[in-house]
This record gives sequence, C-alpha cells and structure tokens, in this order.
Amino acid sequence: MYDANKIIPGLIIFALFMTFPFWYNLGADAYTTPELELPEDYERCIESTEFMRAEHMNMLDEWRDLYVREGYQEYWSELKQESYPMSLTKTCMYCHSDKEKFCDRCHNATAVDPYCWTCHIEP
Amino acid sequence: MLEKAIKGSALYWIWLLVLLAVIGVGFGAYLQQLDQGLSVTALNRDISWGLYIAQLTFLVGVAASAVMMVIPMYLHNHKAFARMLILGEFMAVATIIMCLLFVVVDLGQPQRLWNVVLYPTPSSVLFWDMVVLNGYLFLNILIGWVTLQAERKRVGPPRWIKPFIYISIPWAISIHTVTAFLYAGLPGRDFWLTASMAPSFLASAFAAGPALLILLAFAVKIFAKWDPGREAIQSLAKIVTYALAAYLFLIGCKIFTAAYSMVPDKLAHWEYLYFGLEGHTMLSVFMWVSTAAGVSALLILLFPKNRQADNILAFACVLVLISTWIEKGMGLITAGFVPTPMKEVLTYAPTGPEILITLGIYGIGFLIITVLWKVGIGVRREIEAT
Amino acid sequence: MKNSRRKFIKFAGMAALGWSICPSLAGARSGPRQSADRLRAERWAMVIDSEKLNDELMDKCIEACHKLHNVPDIPNDQNIKWIWKEPFYNLFHDQSHGYLKDKKSIPFLSLCNHCDNPPCVRVCPTQATFSRDDGIVLMDFHRCIGCRFCMAGCPYGSRSFNYYNPRNFLDDDDLVHDYPTREMGVVEKCEFCAHLLDQGEMPACVEASEGAILFGDLNDPNSDVRKVLQERYSLVRKPKLGTDPQVYYLI
Repeated sequence: MYDANKIIPGLIIFALFMTFPFWYNLGADAYTTPELELPEDYERCIESTEFMRAEHMNMLDEWRDLYVREGYQEYWSELKQESYPMSLTKTCMYCHSDKEKFCDRCHNATAVDPYCWTCHIEP
Repeated sequence: MLEKAIKGSALYWIWLLVLLAVIGVGFGAYLQQLDQGLSVTALNRDISWGLYIAQLTFLVGVAASAVMMVIPMYLHNHKAFARMLILGEFMAVATIIMCLLFVVVDLGQPQRLWNVVLYPTPSSVLFWDMVVLNGYLFLNILIGWVTLQAERKRVGPPRWIKPFIYISIPWAISIHTVTAFLYAGLPGRDFWLTASMAPSFLASAFAAGPALLILLAFAVKIFAKWDPGREAIQSLAKIVTYALAAYLFLIGCKIFTAAYSMVPDKLAHWEYLYFGLEGHTMLSVFMWVSTAAGVSALLILLFPKNRQADNILAFACVLVLISTWIEKGMGLITAGFVPTPMKEVLTYAPTGPEILITLGIYGIGFLIITVLWKVGIGVRREIEAT
Repeated sequence: MKNSRRKFIKFAGMAALGWSICPSLAGARSGPRQSADRLRAERWAMVIDSEKLNDELMDKCIEACHKLHNVPDIPNDQNIKWIWKEPFYNLFHDQSHGYLKDKKSIPFLSLCNHCDNPPCVRVCPTQATFSRDDGIVLMDFHRCIGCRFCMAGCPYGSRSFNYYNPRNFLDDDDLVHDYPTREMGVVEKCEFCAHLLDQGEMPACVEASEGAILFGDLNDPNSDVRKVLQERYSLVRKPKLGTDPQVYYLI
C-alpha cells in the first residue's frame, strides 16, 4: 500500500471519531425509565397508553396541521366517546398540567428537545 | 485533481489563512445573529430585506461570467476562451454558493429551510429561484470538473457533457430572470414593478461578471504567474463594454418613464434614490457614486486603446463593479421599500454584525475561488508544460 | 359559478382528506371533527365605520387584539403590529387630494385586508401563509421560514417580522394562555381572529368596537356587512392593485 503511514492513522482517527458516542458514554449510568407523574383525576387518555407513548408526537403534528390548515377543531375519541379540542394547551395540558413532571422527564431522559414551548405557553 | 489545492506557496497559504480568519469572524457574528435573531441587523418592519439580499442580487449577476465565455466558445467557436473558461465556471460555482449562503443567513428560521422542498410551491418565485440557483451550481460543478478532467487526460470532453453545456446557457439566463422576478412581480412595489427588471439584471450581470473575471485574471497573472491569455481578456473587455452600455441605457429608460410620466408612486422612489426625501439622503450619495462610476467606466472602455492598456482596463473594471454593486445591491433593494406602502421615508444603514456576516460569506466565496482556481490553473500548467 | 366551484373543491378536499390524513390513526374511528359551535361564512369581511370610531375606541380595539394574541410592545422600528392607527392620508394617499384637510390627519384603523387575491400567499415559498375557504388569510407559524417575501409582497404594510424573541417583551405573568406567542424569526399579522370564529366568537376588535366595526359574511345578502355596503359610501385600500381587499371603510 502506498502511503500506509498516512492512511492507517487516518483510518484509526476516523474510526475513533465515528464511535465517539459509544466510548464517550462508557461508564455512564444505565438508562432508567423515568417516573412520570400521571394526572390523578383522570383515568385514561384519549387514546390507549401504548398508542400515546409511541405516537403522541405524530398525533400533535397531525393536529396542528388539521387545526391550523384544514379547518378541523375537535378530535373524536372512540375510547372516551367524547370530542376534545385539538389543542396542546387546552386538551393535553388540561390533564397533564405539570409539564416538568410529565413531558420533561421523558424528553430529558431521551435527550429530545421539542420546541413546542417556544410559542405555546405552559400552564 | 484536488491534490493540487494542497500544494502551494507560502503566499497561497497565508491568503487562505487570512480568508479563514475573515470567515471565522463572520461565523462568530452569525452565531450572535442565530442567538439574538435578526434584531442584530438594521432591517425593520418597513425595510425587511437589506444587505444580505442585496448581495444575492449582485452576486447572481457575477455568476454570469461563465456563460459569457460559453456562448462565444461553444456557439461561435471563439477558441480564445478555451484556456480561461474553466476559471469562469469555477467562479460561477463560488458565486452561486455565496448567493445560497446569503439567502440562508437572511432567513429568520434557517433550520426550517427544508420546508421549501417539503412543500414545493410553484406559485412562489423564491421556490423557482432555489431550483435555478441549485441547478446552475450543479451544472457548473459538473461541466467544470468533467471538462478539466478530460483535458488533463489529453482527450476531448466526453460527448454526454455537451447537452449539459448547451443547457447551461439558457439556465444562466434563467438565474438572472428568476431573481429579477422575485422583485418584478410584487403588486405594491412600484419601483420594482417593471418589465425592464429582468433585462437590466442581465445587462448588469454581463458587465459585472466578466469585469470581476478580468480583475481576477490579472491577479492570477501577478500572483500565480499564469497568463490566461491576452485575447481572452480583450474579448471579455468588449463584452463588459457592450453590457455596461446596455445597463446604463436601461437605467436611463427607467428614469425617463418615472420622470416624464410624473406618476408620484413611480417618481418618489427615484427621487429618494438620487436626491433623498424628507432629509433621508444617505443613499443618494452612494447612487451618485454608482452612476458616476458607471458612466466613467463606459467612457473609458469605449476607446479600444484604453481597453488594451491593462492598468486602465483594470481601473475601469473596478469602476464597473462599484457601480453595479451599489445599484443592484443597496440601491435597488432599499429604494424598492422606500417610500413605504404608507408613504413613509426612512434610511437603512447596515449594522456591524450584518457587515461582518456579509464579509464572512465573501470570505467563503473567495476561498472557494482560490482553491478551485488553484486546481484549474495547476491542471492547465501541467498540460501546457508537456 | 364561484360558489359551486368552491363547494366542489371543498367536497373533493373532504373526500381526499378522509383517507389521506392521519395515516397513523388509520383503522381507528377516532379522528378530527369540525366543531358545531364554529361560525361559518363563505367570505368573511370587515366594515370599519369611520363615523362611529373615535380615538378612544380605536385604542380599545388595539388593546383587545394585542392583549389576546400576546403581541409584544417593542419600542423601535422592529416592532410588531396587528392592528394600529394610521392617518387617512397614509392609508388612502391614492384616493386623497390636497384639500382633504379634516380627513387628512384623522387616524384610521389599519390591519390585514385578508385579500381575495393575496400577493403574500402567492409569494410564500412554503405555503406558511394561505387562504382559508372562508377567505381568511392565515399564518402557519410552525411552517414559516422567515424569508420575509410576504412582507415585500404585501402592498399594505400589514405584516410584521419577529426580529426579537417576542417573549423578551412580554410579561410571563400577563400572557394569555389560550393563544401562543410567536418565536424569533417568523412573520405574523392579523388573522381576523380565526381561532375565535372557530369557537363561535366574533373577533376581538369587533367586540371591543361598540358597533363601529362590523364583521360578517359578504356572500350572504342579508348580512350586516352586505347591507351597510349597499347603503353607504365606502373605500378599500389600493383597489387598483387587484388584490381585492376585504376590509371596507365607511366614509
């Protein structure tokens, strides 16, 4: 191989750089599922827990287009047999009224930084 | 071929370091703008575009340098440009990248830039501007690189590249036309609402682009000791002369329409531009400089003897750049917004961060030109040495 | 013709929506509904009665609007205005002359005209600003990239850009929770209080104006706005531009 003395150190540096997240976190605490504080007065959400856990971000994304652009105001929940305003602050945060103990705990643990609250006002 | 960019004289490296320093300072200012928003600029509710968009407008014009050599060379078999064409194409690459960067730094939400692609909107001229600018960038990188590679291997350019070269001609026209249409189609802005916008963009482009190319060619002659060829530069000088005449003529046409019709909505912008209104006269100083520079450049260039003297030609090219930079940049943008729709008059003077960011982007542009030209000239030297 | 086309587009749109939206919810019967309370119109329009409006009332309208929408008060030319006072001459300079002495300096209310043919919508590269079926020109703050093409496109100076983070100029304890603030780098403007109409309420300025501002469906021959426009002389701003503004000024 030509220039092996340059290529091999280069490859090593590249490999170290690409695996940075793994060795940087060596010895860090293992992931623990965050404790969420659920609303006490309400038994269930407008969709199943599994669905909300996996899809709440997509649901909010759809809601904002439906509400702002498509002219829909409410969401009919088959589970609750009731309609709710399609609104982060009026519906979601009505029950989950403590952002720190609900939204933030999970988002912080998974290093997600949603920008809802740069505009929407937390209760 | 890129390896040619990493072997250079001390001067080459010092120049790159200077540029990197300028880019660094500009980047620092941009971080400040990201943090504090466009409040760090002098833009406001009435003058919502300024220095950044002015540079976009001006630099789209400079990118025309390539097509002004492609047309004579490929359509008229004017071989004098053969040695220099690659420089024009690489300069177009650098200027288009600068244009795109100026759009990005002007955005309030640059991280959402992809929305333009996610929600394509054919009714928006800005959407089409994105399409033509990126397309022209791609065309010039492709054509420049492929033809240079072919030359290096001492073979003719591959046949498949020909269609791209021919497409690049109307495509170059389109970048000026579409950029002019950004302004020309707005109902409430009388200063811009004229069919002469696109032609005048083309005229100033075909003057400013080759003028900068001539200056850079002289710089190459001095610093890189490589002569792009006298005939090529003389041909470019002729192109600058014709285009400059057309550019001044079109300004005259616009002034006549406003001044003779005396329609206040039209006239007020020109009064603001050249004389100032309600005490706001800062811009008019620049505009007189622009006009004086343009007219004197034309008077100089009209005489073949002046064009043939390198020093005088270089001086005239500097005048052309000063004239078009002020007119296409600050003049055109600010006077489009003032008087405002409410007939208010104000002055726009860019702030420090705005100027630093602008210089930073110019730094990036010159860095790209330097590196690409180093490659281009290196390859040409290699060919000519054998 | 116009109506039937609009209805057809609406119908086609609904049908398309049925299977195109909410892919993640496909199969479930949960889904979006239109509120029964919402106020509906074919074409919302506003009529401002300059005889009834006075300085105090205008201030009340502005206050009501800016409070409701968390509009910050920024003390320089990078400020935000949804509805504001502007002298007659500045609003209608193409329809005034030198002897309009008493009218020339009288302040009028200025706001977004919710044009039928809005240039801001035409120029927006992301459809962040768009026309609703009922004629309201709305902003989607989530989508705006802050290019400010719409500000250059608007012939009425009705649009403002968030040069600053608006929260810096708002008191956290004073925020109205029903409506978001904006973030740095997006454009905003009057929305004819679309969110209030969707809840069955009239726009804030209309409520605050004590009858000096009328609001209603221009396509309904029996609406207040339609009747008053037939009875009295009115102006719109810059009609020659063909934007077809929908804020009418009774003179």
